[in-house]
Amino acid sequence: MNYSDLLVQGLVEGCIYALIAVGLTLVYGLLRILHIAHAGIFTLGAYVGLLLTNETGSFAAAFVITIVAVGFFGMAFYRLFYEPILNKPPHVALIASIGLFVAMEEIYRLIFGATSISFLAPPLKDTVEVAGVRLEEGRIVVVILAVVLIGGLALLAGRTRIGIAWRATVSDAAMAESFGIDLARVRYINFFVASALAAAAGIMVALLLNQVIPTMGGVPAYKALAIIVLGGLGNVKGTLIAALALGVIESFGTIYLDRVLDRDAIAFAFLIVVLMIRPQGLFARR
Amino acid sequence: MYEISLLTVMSFSVIFALSLNLITGFCGQISLGHAAFYGIGAYTAALFTTDGGSFWLALPLAMAVAGFFGFIVGFASLRVRHDFLAITTMGVGFLFTGFVRQQEFLGGEEGIAGIPDPGIGQIPYMLLCAAFAAAVIAFSLYVKRSWMGQAFDAIATDEDTARTLGVDVARYKLTAFVFGTALAGLAGALFAHYVKFVEVESFDFIESISVLAMVIVGGIGSVWGVVVAAAFLSVLPLLLQVFADYKLLIYGVLLFAVMYFAPGGIDSLMRMLWRRISGRRTAE
Repeated sequence: MNYSDLLVQGLVEGCIYALIAVGLTLVYGLLRILHIAHAGIFTLGAYVGLLLTNETGSFAAAFVITIVAVGFFGMAFYRLFYEPILNKPPHVALIASIGLFVAMEEIYRLIFGATSISFLAPPLKDTVEVAGVRLEEGRIVVVILAVVLIGGLALLAGRTRIGIAWRATVSDAAMAESFGIDLARVRYINFFVASALAAAAGIMVALLLNQVIPTMGGVPAYKALAIIVLGGLGNVKGTLIAALALGVIESFGTIYLDRVLDRDAIAFAFLIVVLMIRPQGLFARR
Repeated sequence: MYEISLLTVMSFSVIFALSLNLITGFCGQISLGHAAFYGIGAYTAALFTTDGGSFWLALPLAMAVAGFFGFIVGFASLRVRHDFLAITTMGVGFLFTGFVRQQEFLGGEEGIAGIPDPGIGQIPYMLLCAAFAAAVIAFSLYVKRSWMGQAFDAIATDEDTARTLGVDVARYKLTAFVFGTALAGLAGALFAHYVKFVEVESFDFIESISVLAMVIVGGIGSVWGVVVAAAFLSVLPLLLQVFADYKLLIYGVLLFAVMYFAPGGIDSLMRMLWRRISGRRTAE
């Protein structure tokens, strides 16, 4: 492998991390909850997307239905599990969320079985050459999705009424409410968007690996946690940069650090080094 | 000799849970990577005795090594707080498993097998573990009432206020981390010489969450609550096949349900029950 291959692979990974981590950082920015169960929602997206594709035969249709359905699931999840404990001390939501995540993985195991399931006819598997690097179509789709979805989100946040309401709530919820913003609505939309992005990431990971297992949410989700801390909890731009940086660092790390650390631990090594130097993350909250 | 193994497992689980309770319960520093220190203790002791070292020296050695790493991680708790600390300690757990997997001298993925028997027989080993558990319970009760326990409590309640009141926050946090991780190391060494085989999966994130579940279910900071929760949760999978099959589902639901309905855990439920009973008596 040469450097441009490693760089491109790293950026693709980084886009997947970004899709997962942006949702997490949105939830944190709004509610101050470390939403560990986000990983469970990611896995749900993978299962639903894969099963729907196998059922309907159309990956594109399955993709759209899945991200919308999982988005609504995320809203219901917030309403049922988080809303009632919002006013308790911060560790309450954190631990409840860990419990939910562990339980979700087990429920997937009970429903779908512990063994992996695959696409009947894996879509987007052809390779094409982009700027001298051979890439699977699926990887290119990941990059396009990340750019479109996160770019769309940025437009939504910057240009629309709901985006303004959202930003106002993030910066001062009580003040926003006194200006007549419906906080509950902002939070629902927030969970819809976060969960839909996680589902999109889940389907794409399922596609690239061509398998879905109950525990697939674990590793990328823990890394996403490291990423949002690096990005300065709640800071979307910082999160994006941290996600791409981590993808690239890991990709090079597997070559140079492999004898010391396993690939999945690199994120945390990077995280701990950064936090010891800058406890507020690479990019502090604005 | 089924009861003996149950009591042995129960004993080192109680030590492990109380060791986390010192850090998370008494001092309020959430740790999501405590299994790493359990693992450091287990690996240290395993390496030492498979190399011909004495079991009796392995125990203090495991405590010292785990405590040393705990001291280093304790510094992280001085730099970052709350959610940042939760993620950092989770990271420590992943660093531990990620490091061990790639190291040949630690057995890599295969782990270390053939750890020698302490050579004192099953019943004395159970009694030894139980004695250590009793000592750790006594130590926890003592710390809770001591001046140090008051300082821990102040830090757990409100770190900034504690600092303003002149509590040396850094010193007490580091102390909590060193004691807590050293005791986790002891539990790990006892565990390693009970199962006689260590592998990295025994010390992963799920294990950190399991021990956190014991502390949460028992009631954060409560000594007796945590003892009861650790004793029950550690032996239930051995007693009931159903519990063994659905262990993680039950842990997950318990973590959520306790936080949702009774954040004080067993401890606060017992107190409520006790108040109701004694209240009725005085009314009569």
